[in-house]
Amino acid sequence: MHNEYISALTPNLPFPVHFSIQNLLFLLVAAAGFGLFAWQVRKVRANILVGRDRDMSGNVSERLNKTLLVAFGQQKMFKRITPALLHMIVYVGFIVINVEVIEIMIDGLFGTHRALSFLGPLYSLLVGTNEVLGALVIVAVAAFWWRRNVGGVRRFTGPELRMWPKMDANIILYVEVILMIALFTMNAADLKLHGPELPGAFPISSLLTGLLPSSPEALHVLERVGWWAHIVGILCFLNYLPSSKHFHIIMAFPNVYYSRLVPQGQFSNVDSITHEVKAMMDPSYVVPAPATNPDGSAMAPTPFGAKDVDDLAWTNLLNAYSCTECGRCTSVCPANLTGKLLSPRKIIMDTRDRVEEKYNSPLIFQPNLYGSEAKHAEQEVLDKETHTLLRGYVTPEELWACTTCNACVEACPVNINPLESIIEMRRFLVLEESAAPNSLNVMFSNIENNGAPWAFSPSDRFNWADELFVAEKA
Amino acid sequence: MAEQLAKRPINVPLMSNLAAAGEEPEILFWVGCAGAFDDRYKRVTRAFVRILEHANVKYAVLGMEETCTGDPAKRAGNEFLFQMQAVQNITTFEGYGIKKIVTACPHCFNTIKNEYPALGGNYEVIHHSTFLQQLINEGRVGVAGGGEFKGQRITFHDSCYLGRANNIYEAPREVLAVLDADLVEMKRSKANGLCCGAGGAQMWKEPEPGKKDINVERTEEALAALDGNAAALANLYGVESGNAGATPAPRNSQQGSIIAVSCPFCMTMMSDGVKNKERENNVQVFDIAELIATAEGLNA
Repeated sequence: MHNEYISALTPNLPFPVHFSIQNLLFLLVAAAGFGLFAWQVRKVRANILVGRDRDMSGNVSERLNKTLLVAFGQQKMFKRITPALLHMIVYVGFIVINVEVIEIMIDGLFGTHRALSFLGPLYSLLVGTNEVLGALVIVAVAAFWWRRNVGGVRRFTGPELRMWPKMDANIILYVEVILMIALFTMNAADLKLHGPELPGAFPISSLLTGLLPSSPEALHVLERVGWWAHIVGILCFLNYLPSSKHFHIIMAFPNVYYSRLVPQGQFSNVDSITHEVKAMMDPSYVVPAPATNPDGSAMAPTPFGAKDVDDLAWTNLLNAYSCTECGRCTSVCPANLTGKLLSPRKIIMDTRDRVEEKYNSPLIFQPNLYGSEAKHAEQEVLDKETHTLLRGYVTPEELWACTTCNACVEACPVNINPLESIIEMRRFLVLEESAAPNSLNVMFSNIENNGAPWAFSPSDRFNWADELFVAEKA
Repeated sequence: MAEQLAKRPINVPLMSNLAAAGEEPEILFWVGCAGAFDDRYKRVTRAFVRILEHANVKYAVLGMEETCTGDPAKRAGNEFLFQMQAVQNITTFEGYGIKKIVTACPHCFNTIKNEYPALGGNYEVIHHSTFLQQLINEGRVGVAGGGEFKGQRITFHDSCYLGRANNIYEAPREVLAVLDADLVEMKRSKANGLCCGAGGAQMWKEPEPGKKDINVERTEEALAALDGNAAALANLYGVESGNAGATPAPRNSQQGSIIAVSCPFCMTMMSDGVKNKERENNVQVFDIAELIATAEGLNA
């Protein structure tokens, strides 16, 4: 069966090496899988960098600490204990089982069999843990599927969670089960083939061997099918990520690292406006020269606020790629809870759809195939002509419903900030289009004329102090 | 109280007068537009000044030199108007050499504390809940025996701009603790608190079409806590989510109860909510400063 012919080339390795045509095939498959993924990641990176510059450098230790707590440690997930525990199983399973993927890579490339088995008891611990985690992952995924499709969890509904996003969520769950089944097929067949001499501990597979045929040929084929299905499945899944909400398993880490360190109530100041205001107040103030193109000509001024994805900061676009559409933001949004159109999750999902419509789309997901129509089916205002993020995807009605209460920001397990994007689009509406609701225009002119958002005379501002007494013990 | 109380007139010190006399206050009390113009919140301003007088805090106000911080303009997207207001206020602060500012408005607090520094205004900014907590800790405000609110049921509504925006959750609760009242938490509180519906310039506009007003939702939640009526939570949206607080103990007493706030806009929204639910007869909305001033017997 094994075409063993080069086993003497690497005599110092702690495991026997047997090259075969399978190894060459594996090398090609693995190279293609990782190469394709790298190509997709480059596209995503380019998409994120169409956003405006924003300096997020520095504070390395504080950022690493936060990444450790929030991304690696899933700190914010534990606000809701049931999904937190289920998610923890799948997350730990993902990390630990990937140690076994290292072994699969070595076995695949060098024709070894269970290359890490030289670790001895540690190997048994690793394989045994994987087996238990694999079984738990299947249970957790089943629970996830039930919660999502049957359980009536409100945040898994909503206009933005139909069509592709709904399908995507279930595909992820199915693939995870398939990967686990492949793992158990491989282990159980291997165990039945080699019996107790097989290195490792197999608390789950040992229960499954009875289900398998007993012919060694059939077992060997099953072991190979399980092995190939597991690793090819992982490589396919890896290349599915950039099209999927499941990309969060990678993007959550940079997203948390680059999330804001300032108080949530602090909104950005628009620098270009600062220069204008200072020049108005102080005629001697020198406004810095506008940025220039490489040829020395002045760059076109950027608009105030955001009309489209490239008007947002790159961190806002990074947010969009980190979103796993869990809907914790929307489920605590006071506007959404009381029936308004605003859904913070939709704003983030729209941002990703739009950036891929305007720039590069990944391999599988094509925004125009699953486009915004699905999300907007119940909405009226859609400007198909311009089709920018603002109006093409996000309507002013959604933006004006926001109370800026930061509940969405607080709720996001990976520190996505929908509020920043909402405010940037409000800025565009007000400063570039003068398109604020009329009552807000009245408020603006009250501030301008009376120094207060209400129409009171500034000369009455100190009237509260009239006839004021305090009781004192005599 | 058996003690004889005297009524002393307060001449609220103006910053301009102090500066003319070459004096420097311990704090600048930033009143804010609601504190200066809104009839209901003027009572909070007056209560807070009574506390300042009672605690012998050397304070001053800007009087007519104050102007909107620009918060509502900024939240609504009018960055230009915000910065005009901010620069104007910073110029005033710098003119008087202000270092420490106390305000009873979380929106003014957040804006001056977090957004003025980038425009050149760096001050120690303290919300009145934190300041009251400090006065209590220093023994400058006592409320011996809890005063007249002892045993009364009170629930505190977190302001978004104090809570999530600036992580101040404990100060107002510690202030309320001295009242020795029956303090209960709403199902959604602290970091999970539900907005009253007024933030982000919503105060000045009609809400978008929906199935309910946010302040009514929040008031119903407060009433459920005050009444100890767990069944009422079933009428709310989304309370099942999050790290929800405990359901308060049932309550048979007909004694009135209180929604405590620490923000002028929350005050308006919760008061309107109580009216909407026709509960004005036995539920009142008070700012924490009013409760302390009343308990201390400072009203005159």
